[in-house]
Amino acid sequence: MHELSIAQNLVEIANTAAQRANVQRVTAVRLQLGALSGVVKDSLLFCYDIASAGTLLEGAKLLIEELPVIIYCPQCQQTVALETVQAFCCPVCGTFSSDIRQGRELEILSLEAEEDENEHPSHP
Amino acid sequence: MSTPRILEIRRGVLEKNDILAHNLRDQFNAAHALVINLVSSPGAGKTALLEDTLRRLIQAGHHPAALVGDLATDNDANRLARSGAPVRQIQTGGNCHLEADMISTHLTDWGLDLSQIEFLFIENVGNLVCPASYDLGEHVRAVVLSVTEGEDKPLKYPTMFHSADIAVLTKMDIAVAVEFDKPAALANIQSVHPGMMVLETSAKTGAGMDNWVQHLITCRENAFALVTK
Repeated sequence: MHELSIAQNLVEIANTAAQRANVQRVTAVRLQLGALSGVVKDSLLFCYDIASAGTLLEGAKLLIEELPVIIYCPQCQQTVALETVQAFCCPVCGTFSSDIRQGRELEILSLEAEEDENEHPSHP
Repeated sequence: MSTPRILEIRRGVLEKNDILAHNLRDQFNAAHALVINLVSSPGAGKTALLEDTLRRLIQAGHHPAALVGDLATDNDANRLARSGAPVRQIQTGGNCHLEADMISTHLTDWGLDLSQIEFLFIENVGNLVCPASYDLGEHVRAVVLSVTEGEDKPLKYPTMFHSADIAVLTKMDIAVAVEFDKPAALANIQSVHPGMMVLETSAKTGAGMDNWVQHLITCRENAFALVTK
């Protein structure tokens, strides 16, 4: 179970970026998760709620886009998505290939945030 | 009043670890120290494999060292130190895997002169899930699979088997007794990692150990373009 440590890294990166951009509150975090990233989506969602408490991300949705593994098939000479990570072979012709083109992603894409409309708030 | 806004980030969640691992690899390359990350489930025989590997490398005039990760106790380090190689224990205090900053911190505290080391083994915490995500700056990731485990283990842990460079089968001396189905195990390894190199060993009888040690020596020569001594 390393998802808590992953969630803490995720929150740290996103919270720092939000602070630098001067946003008031983050409403959503978009993440890409490859099938070979070694991270379990449900565990990450659970740990994210714990890790985001007390930060600008508290209450923000974690939107996870799951990516299948894509390999290059030397026989078909094209990239193909794997149906299962238990068999690294082309679903069209059955040729085995370790030439991975997608599937290891564990990347924060963007944040959706709210900020005050007035860039220079007036002081009382 | 507030307005929605999109902030582009596009950063890897593990970038901090990846940057540290990259720096470690630079350090290892400069010292011509080949680093091997040993991963397996608990009880697969990493320590027995490593103990015999250290002994054989020392006998052949090489200079190996080992960093050993465990949740608790320094039993493994004490056992490995009998080989005569410098050994240091990393107690993760419950953490299920090693991260690059642990390697970096322990190397600094240890004061090991890397330029005097040809092979640095990192025995990871026994776990086939979490260590797969963490680059430790190693050159070779070896996944250790014992004949007493199920032949379908590669199918259950495809991420780890795919991330490793080589699979080392251990305890081959009892393969018959435990009815190890070698063709099935090999087929499963090839299914999750086509083309992966597999070596069969027994640290107890010594069978296959020469091949494994020679493979590491060749890896080091190729990695640093060294001429065979």
